[in-house]
Amino acid sequence: MQARRRWGGVIAAAALAVAGGASAQTVKVGVVLPFTGVGAEFGQQVDRGMQMYLKLNAGAFAPYKVELVRRDSKNPSGAEAKTAVQELIAQEKVDLLAGFIYSPDAIASAPLATAAKKPMVIMNAGTAWITNLSPMISRVSFSMWHAGHAMGEAAANSLKAKTAVVGYTDYPPGKDSLDAFKRGFETAGGSVVDAIPMGGPGQVPDFTPFFQRAKDKKPDVFFVFVPAGDHAVSVMKTYAALGMREAGIKLVGPGDITQDIKLQSMGKDAVGLITAHHYNADLDNAANRRLVAAWKQEYGADSTPDFMAVQGYDGMAAIAHVVRTLGGRIDAEGAMKALKGWKYDSPRGPISIDPATRDIVMNEYLSELVLKDGRLVQKNIGVIEAVKDMCKELKAGKCAQ
Amino acid sequence: MDLASILLGGLAAGMVLFVVSVGLSVTMGLMGFVNLAHGGFAMLGGYAVVLAMRHWGLPFGAALALGFVAVALVAALLERTLYARLYRASELDQVLFTIGLVFVMVAGVTLTVGPETQGVQLPPWLRGQTDLGFLKYRTYSLALIAFGVLLMAALWLGFERTRIGAQIRAAVDNRRMAESMGVNVRRLFTLTFALGSGLAAAGGGLGAEILGLDPQYPLRYLAYFLIVVAVGGLGRVSGVFFAALALGVLDFVLKVHFPKGGTMFIYALTIAFLLARPQGLFGKRA
Repeated sequence: MQARRRWGGVIAAAALAVAGGASAQTVKVGVVLPFTGVGAEFGQQVDRGMQMYLKLNAGAFAPYKVELVRRDSKNPSGAEAKTAVQELIAQEKVDLLAGFIYSPDAIASAPLATAAKKPMVIMNAGTAWITNLSPMISRVSFSMWHAGHAMGEAAANSLKAKTAVVGYTDYPPGKDSLDAFKRGFETAGGSVVDAIPMGGPGQVPDFTPFFQRAKDKKPDVFFVFVPAGDHAVSVMKTYAALGMREAGIKLVGPGDITQDIKLQSMGKDAVGLITAHHYNADLDNAANRRLVAAWKQEYGADSTPDFMAVQGYDGMAAIAHVVRTLGGRIDAEGAMKALKGWKYDSPRGPISIDPATRDIVMNEYLSELVLKDGRLVQKNIGVIEAVKDMCKELKAGKCAQ
Repeated sequence: MDLASILLGGLAAGMVLFVVSVGLSVTMGLMGFVNLAHGGFAMLGGYAVVLAMRHWGLPFGAALALGFVAVALVAALLERTLYARLYRASELDQVLFTIGLVFVMVAGVTLTVGPETQGVQLPPWLRGQTDLGFLKYRTYSLALIAFGVLLMAALWLGFERTRIGAQIRAAVDNRRMAESMGVNVRRLFTLTFALGSGLAAAGGGLGAEILGLDPQYPLRYLAYFLIVVAVGGLGRVSGVFFAALALGVLDFVLKVHFPKGGTMFIYALTIAFLLARPQGLFGKRA
């Protein structure tokens, strides 16, 4: 007994020593975002979101340390992101990968994460089937189906629309958005009478001919998916200039087209626009009020967090959870196990990671743009709670694989 | 399908193509200089308009005039210092030089202004819809069409009724004969180059609302400008006018009916047309 107790003491001491060593452990996170090029603004929003999490949750990683190793993914083609991931794994020996604004970036990087067994936390890239590409992927952002399917249901049920035309930017998330809206709308009794591909994501096209075609079909709603940013501003202008509102056609879309950082530049033309999305800076909850206030203090009164910033914020929260759960030593199986079923009280409301798909479960908010004190504000007009990625839920198209 | 609104939409885009391309046609006809950087001057004009309105609060019309003058001066300077060295060079050298100039312009604008698309804030009277009696249509498109027609008339008068116009026509038709009659073709060229680039700049500003404006602009629309010039015929203002309108309308109609890949037909039609009439719409057979 004596001897055993003594041995027990030694083991306990050894365990303490290991734990003590681990407390100095630094977890390296490779962050792949576009810091230059067309997506530079988006990269900055996600990066700032990650910073804000660290600032507002100072003790989240204690007693461990986190080091962010940033790499520029430049163009949306996926090629540069893949090179960056390769370098982060082989040279920097990071423990986790994070970021990924554009779907091609995540798609190109997924096989590397699988081969090197590096957990990959996706902070934007919304093509639905991306999570099926690697067991190492978990997504804290959204799938195009979240907003698309919800908007389809809402257009039929809340807006009482019978017919719809869909206009979409011709690349994977655009086609996803089309499929999602169509499924949601037609299941709820509506009918999509036309689908118009409107050029690629690289450049903003002249939307006039596409919108003219949509107008001639006289639908109740016109669902538009274009990449967030400059495309969206141009969509509003063309919608107003062609008099589609006067023709009784409601413009609806996922919240990409009302990204908070671009909202005020859309002008009065945008009033009345209805979107479904998982976040806007006008959401009224304690976590969001805290984030918005701290954000404006840090980056200026005219700045604002947006859905991308919150995805960066929540991504850091997920990583902090993994690091604490695993005691600072990241292994792939342990990390993925920790992420599955993780719950968090985010500025976008309650979120969790679906253990079956490693994709996010969250609320979808239906908002209408209104003018308040000369500023465009997103007024909450409805919420669908705990929405899963319906693409994988319904096993639609490529999501079935 | 609403035929009238499709026609108006296409005509408006065609007018922008006309304003931008007409200078290219005349300068290529005059000196045979292959200037692929022409769209770059249109882009610079567009940025001058947008930035002058944003930072100095100039009204739209004044900003357009400023863009015209500023780019015309820059073009004249570049013509004297750079282009003039390559008049006797081979066409390949000219193409390499001007496409290089385009890349410099693209990178310069990306560096100083940024990669994002720039929007023009139109004055209130150009926004919204105008009732034409039989249909309501986008006011700005109607204004563009009116402006294009006026410009066409002014250019026609300038070419047909002024001494300089006569000199340009003479030099386009037979440069050596014109020179031996005492026409200073080099000076004429500098003048038309500056004016043509200035017009391109105005086109860049006018078209920003419709064609967009970002650093890739000169490369994206280069093929269209060249099609207009090739189909219209070198140095032929009226040819450029009708070619630009035809291209604008055709492009619009194809995008409405075949949104995916409809523009492919434009290139096929251009090839077919040029095989049948290599000198262009109104060009004289060489």
